[in-house]
Amino acid sequence: METGIKHISFDVEKIRKDFPILKRMVNGYPLVYLDNAATSQKPQVVIDALVDYYSNYNANIHRGVHSLSQEATNAYEQSRAKIQKHFNIKNAHEVIFTSGTTHGINIVASGFSEFLKPGDELLVSAMEHHSNIVPWQMLCEHTGAVLKVIPMNQEGELEMLEFVSLLSNKTKLVFVNHISNALGTINPIEEIIEKAHKVGAVVLIDGAQACSHLKPDLQALNVDFYVTSAHKMCGPTGVGMLYGKEEWLTKLPPYQGGGEMIKEVTFEKTSFAGLPHKFEAGTPNIADGIAFGVAIDYLNAIGFEKIAAYENQILEYATKRLLEIEGLKIYGTAKNKTSVISFNIGEIHPYDIGTIVDKLGVAVRTGHHCAQPIMDFYKIPGTVRASFAFYNTFQEIDTLINALQKAKQMLT
Amino acid sequence: MEIKDIQQEIIEEFAFFDDWMQRYEHMISIGKTMPLIEEKNKTEDFLIQGCQSKVWVYPELKDGKIIFTADSDAIITKGIVAILLRVFSNQTPEDILKADTIFIDEIGLKEHLSPTRANGLVSMIKQLKMYALAYKSQQN
Ligand SMILES: Cc1ncc(COP(=O)(O)O)c(C=O)c1O
Repeated sequence: METGIKHISFDVEKIRKDFPILKRMVNGYPLVYLDNAATSQKPQVVIDALVDYYSNYNANIHRGVHSLSQEATNAYEQSRAKIQKHFNIKNAHEVIFTSGTTHGINIVASGFSEFLKPGDELLVSAMEHHSNIVPWQMLCEHTGAVLKVIPMNQEGELEMLEFVSLLSNKTKLVFVNHISNALGTINPIEEIIEKAHKVGAVVLIDGAQACSHLKPDLQALNVDFYVTSAHKMCGPTGVGMLYGKEEWLTKLPPYQGGGEMIKEVTFEKTSFAGLPHKFEAGTPNIADGIAFGVAIDYLNAIGFEKIAAYENQILEYATKRLLEIEGLKIYGTAKNKTSVISFNIGEIHPYDIGTIVDKLGVAVRTGHHCAQPIMDFYKIPGTVRASFAFYNTFQEIDTLINALQKAKQMLT
Repeated sequence: MEIKDIQQEIIEEFAFFDDWMQRYEHMISIGKTMPLIEEKNKTEDFLIQGCQSKVWVYPELKDGKIIFTADSDAIITKGIVAILLRVFSNQTPEDILKADTIFIDEIGLKEHLSPTRANGLVSMIKQLKMYALAYKSQQN
């Protein structure tokens, strides 16, 4: 990502008006929402899309011949097309609607149990969310495959030389997050994908944290699987995307059985429907699926280049101001990172800090951020994490700093 | 002192403060006076689950009363545990089981009572009562 672009045209005050929740008071103070890596806030257009669906054209999709069902089906499929275009995906049927990143990873992990044998190797990075560890551990237990870990350095960057030396013709799968939720590191996924492919391994990228900050081009990346969640990109909860190359989605067995995903059912045998329906059993999350597309439109209307440039300024300013606090240590100082800052102040427990700043209206995350291996690596119980979105302001960072100073004073 | 009287005493103490910051500061200072658990008892067995910070509570029965010692790695949590111990330690199992905890609400720490809160005041109270129940059934 580019840094150093100053004074871009970015009217944050205008953008904030799109988000009704940002007007809220919390504990008597204006809300300062800095937990965007957990979930983003929703603009009015996304909220309206949900209300519009339920108020005006709620119907089950893909099945009815009546008008409402047609309208709902069209809107849902248009949303799939928006996602396809956004991520530069070759075919719309390579876009599978899921309930979120976790669901997408589980579809792939469970499907691979058919293709692995004892002694096969799976590579995971040292900075994964539990969602991108546990399903693969379960897969290893079923198949006798072995999980190996790509280590990271003190800055929170993957050791790429180690990665290369771990690769061999035994490596069947590599799964790494695009951006770390606990550290903000942007991983060199282009290189990871390319090198993994050289030994014939399949690559899944966990894009849960990435898609609110940047716009991945999945054909250019040549990645096999890419998963993400709408709720971190201004969309609703309960919906996400699994992208898979047609070749792989065709090979993978279905994850759930039910309606929608079949071609023909008799008691002797069922033949499965083609893509994407094979992976979309049952009535899907129609309203949220439609609103996912609206969220993508909203982000694109602002523009990812502007978002990245503004968030970089925010990151730079916040990092500088945070380091003014004596005893504050930042975890995750990769050269290439997004607007996520994990830190501790002296020996103060992150929970204490989170509790006090909340009293002052500032929402941060505390704890291990579902990434315990990272905390073990740094030998800490957890961190305070401030994660910024394009609707955060420089003043809000000042408010955070003042709240932290107050907390520090009370807690030492 | 009886549990009710101690609770009343704490309520009066906290009534003295008019903003949350002073209340928290007071709670933190109570934490510093807590009867600490011995290091050797800080084991998995005495760790309370469901807290984002670590909380250990150790019970001992002396002359029919339970003496609790405790510790936490977070200061605010330690203050909360210390307040609980002031109320519940050195009481009989029956009295502990009978006691309610609405005083927490009255001293302005209501937010910590939420069962979904990661610091688990609710699980702490449950654990203290579990110990009381265990000792009571031993006695019978
Ligand atoms: C890197 C990463 N992977 C996976 C997940 C899980 O996403 P979801 O809970 O939406 O399934 C998250 C969410 O915090 C994440 O940050």
